[in-house]
Amino acid sequence: MKSILSSDLSVINLGLVRFAEPLQDMGTPVAACQWQPPAEGNPEIGWKLAELVNHPKVEEANKIAFERYLASTPVLEGIATAADVIPAMQGKKLILHSGPPIAWADMCGPQKGAVCGAAVLEGWAATTEEAATLVEKGEIAIDSCNHHNAVGPMAGITSPSMPVWVVRDTVNGNTTFSNMNEGLGKVLRFGANSDEVLHRLRWMRDVLAPVLKATLAHMEPLELKPLIAQAMHMGDECHNRNVAATSLLFRKLVPVALRHGVASPKELDEAFAFIAGNDHFFLNLSMAACKAMLNAAAGVPGSSMVTVMARNGIKFGIQLSAFPGRWFQADAPYVEGLFFPGYSQADAARDLGDSAITETCGIGGFAMAAAPAIVQFVGGTSDDALNNTISMKQITLGINGNFTLPMLNFTGTPAGIDARLVADTGIRPVINTGIAHKDAGVGQIGAGVTWAPMPCFTAAIEALYEEVCK
Amino acid sequence: MRAHSIFKNFYRDSVALMQLSAKVGGLEGVELASALMGTPANQEMMVAAGLLDAPMAEVAPNDLVFVVKGTEEATQLAVAEFERLLTAAETKGAAKEEKPFGSLAEALKARPEATFALISVPGEYAGAEAMKALHRGLNVMLFSDNVPEWQEIALKKYAFEHGLLVMGPDCGTAIIAGVPLAFANVVGRGNIGVVGASGTGTQEVTTIVDQLGGGVSHAIGTGGHDLSVSVGGLTMRSGIAALAEDVETKVIVLVSKPPAKEVAEAVLAQASSVGKPVVVCFLGAAPGSITGKNLTQANTLEEAAHKAIALANGQAPSFTSVTASTPRVQQRATDLKKVLAPGQKYVRGLYSGGTFCYEALLSLQTILPEVFGNTPTGKAQKLANIHKSQGHTVIDLGDDDFTRGKPHPMIDPSQRNERLLHEAADPETAVVLLDVVIGYGANADPAGELAGAVREARAIAQKGGRELVFIGFVCGTDKDVQGLASQRKKLEEAGVHLCSSNAEAIALTGAVLVG
Repeated sequence: MKSILSSDLSVINLGLVRFAEPLQDMGTPVAACQWQPPAEGNPEIGWKLAELVNHPKVEEANKIAFERYLASTPVLEGIATAADVIPAMQGKKLILHSGPPIAWADMCGPQKGAVCGAAVLEGWAATTEEAATLVEKGEIAIDSCNHHNAVGPMAGITSPSMPVWVVRDTVNGNTTFSNMNEGLGKVLRFGANSDEVLHRLRWMRDVLAPVLKATLAHMEPLELKPLIAQAMHMGDECHNRNVAATSLLFRKLVPVALRHGVASPKELDEAFAFIAGNDHFFLNLSMAACKAMLNAAAGVPGSSMVTVMARNGIKFGIQLSAFPGRWFQADAPYVEGLFFPGYSQADAARDLGDSAITETCGIGGFAMAAAPAIVQFVGGTSDDALNNTISMKQITLGINGNFTLPMLNFTGTPAGIDARLVADTGIRPVINTGIAHKDAGVGQIGAGVTWAPMPCFTAAIEALYEEVCK
Repeated sequence: MRAHSIFKNFYRDSVALMQLSAKVGGLEGVELASALMGTPANQEMMVAAGLLDAPMAEVAPNDLVFVVKGTEEATQLAVAEFERLLTAAETKGAAKEEKPFGSLAEALKARPEATFALISVPGEYAGAEAMKALHRGLNVMLFSDNVPEWQEIALKKYAFEHGLLVMGPDCGTAIIAGVPLAFANVVGRGNIGVVGASGTGTQEVTTIVDQLGGGVSHAIGTGGHDLSVSVGGLTMRSGIAALAEDVETKVIVLVSKPPAKEVAEAVLAQASSVGKPVVVCFLGAAPGSITGKNLTQANTLEEAAHKAIALANGQAPSFTSVTASTPRVQQRATDLKKVLAPGQKYVRGLYSGGTFCYEALLSLQTILPEVFGNTPTGKAQKLANIHKSQGHTVIDLGDDDFTRGKPHPMIDPSQRNERLLHEAADPETAVVLLDVVIGYGANADPAGELAGAVREARAIAQKGGRELVFIGFVCGTDKDVQGLASQRKKLEEAGVHLCSSNAEAIALTGAVLVG
């Protein structure tokens, strides 16, 4: 206290604006706050939050978690069949979906449609109707991708015979998986399950995956952070814009594939034409890389760092590093954005997919400054894109110097969401995302921006308080 | 009906086009509008949406197609508007606007050098904000009231253990290193340090010190509940310790109502041991009841200021406030009461400062037979109806009784002015006793506002064939923005008999009414 009487005052004024007046008159530095009640105006949680602010145990834990996240070095190891790398799938009728776990009866339309399509693809059911009955009876199990180190965009449906990207963190040793991107239009991840959809999935399994697998076998494990960083300098944020990253990946693969003649000219033609025709091909790989970086940060007792954000079209769930596997959920929001011709907000599903793992990792919406084109989805300017990135600095533990932003003088992206700061500032993590039709199989009907719902974070704060302060 | 326009070899990315479509689609009478590059897939999409019957053969993938459906008038307007928007240079603001901070966390990120948080948010949230500030190493002034007691205790314990200062909750006045905080006056810097549980009490002491040519090192507020048994005077004890260590401070003044016995003992034991003279003004404590090494009792706020200056100058603290029987007060009273008619018997004290009211109630009950108020203390009695005076009445218009949902009378004088007119109409009113508090936080011209009401009140009384005696004082300094001298002048011109302190005003009032 000696210091307050003997040192110069520098004041933060929280509340009545006119109390800043004497300070200004006296030439004392004063910062005004347009204060808003934190923690959604719940004073009880607000107090718990206050107890956690600057708590030594949480600070220390966050430091460890954030350092592990920064050190993580995800590489693309190869392609595998899901059942071969996800133990729970071996010999089991198990289908993984995006977001927090959810009962079949509660699933959203696109996810139900995709589950049925996958069951038919696996040969467990002859028709989607039969598939629905089997899932209902529990003969086909469903579970969250995130419970198995996997992530999938939109419906996120991953079944045992599907090829998956295998990403390994060479520093922390954990391995993550993601299914492969089917392109736009009528695709399984938006709940479509027609013959055309299943045909494409079979082709991906039988042609695309072997071509890529054989190509990757001739390559050193591909480091993904530099590739993402390079794509971000080319206008991607690697969630809703992946055109540069897809091109960079394409450039790595094609010469190797040709040099080694890994497949017939027809197969090579089909496979690379498919990749070239899908601007989002890299998205799933981006997600697996992000999942690996965040798995590295998970499991530090007392850490308030967010390690998962995922949505199943009904609920939005987050996990904290302190509580691996424990979900804090709220209703999934709707996405603000622009719609393809003929569609409107009334057709939209709630926010869906594991792809918010990119924002959790400090790219996607958090790196909007790298991809100003994205912000036009919500009628914004490129300044809004910069401001969105800048505002995320208020809720993150630090910046990730691996992913730099040219428009912001090459500072790193804000990364490591601190649930305490979200609850305290009321600033919610921003997410760039596609909009699915609420009915199965229609597909993507728009794209835009949404924000993670606050109750996830306040619930996490209450749990952390019990853990740390009791 | 439908309309379309084609822009040959005109590329815009799909997002920009969707944005334009959305804008034009919002025009009145437009059912659906879409702009896309003319690829076969996009044209199929337009067909599916009912905007085209079939793909247009003349449209190439590099052409931009705009199609709109709606009323005839609307489609024409939409086509024109689309063209305008498409070609308009997008020049919307490039500047990154500076947004105000929305939370302490954000402010601290931008101002890591901050040392102090001044918190006046609603009470149910204020404790948490203060705790966050303390956890981040900031000292705190908590102006907010209605903070739960358990939170106050948690805050003060944390601050005490971590060498931080938490002033409040319910702390209205502080001066740190010459900087006035919340309701405080601009006073000269000097060697007198104050720790006050009462905001107006601290204002009175610091302004009188200033008027006497002395100066204040720091004035630390504790908030009104600090000296309760449950809180145990943690802030007052921290404050004493801080001022004891502060090299600028030569004399310490404590201002409070008498605390609970064990709290008073602890505070006085500490005060007695810090090696600096300490003036203790526990208003209402029996004269002579506070003794001890280095301790000097003051019976009024005015006395505290005078004694502190004497001690700072190495002189004996001999000053005592005047009383109703002091000859010079008696003499002045004799002149004043000449105007009073026989039926005019009572004082009506209309205070804006709670501690001033408290001081008046304590003092007047020793010389007047019966005193009433809304915040009675000692022998004083509670008014049957706080909105109607009875007998000798002294009220605190700044109490919750009067301020619930209304501004404080130091800020908005209208409630007191109204009450003043009521008192003027009462034939039994003899003396109207008034305080005027200036400085930061207070009304821009409180004396001017009051002078108007005084004139009106006088006119009302004169209509009834009576004259009233107005007695008052101004708490403030010439360095305050309202200016002590000019505020006093406004009251004098309105016929208010001015005193130099509340203590003197009370004494004069007593002298007019007694004997």
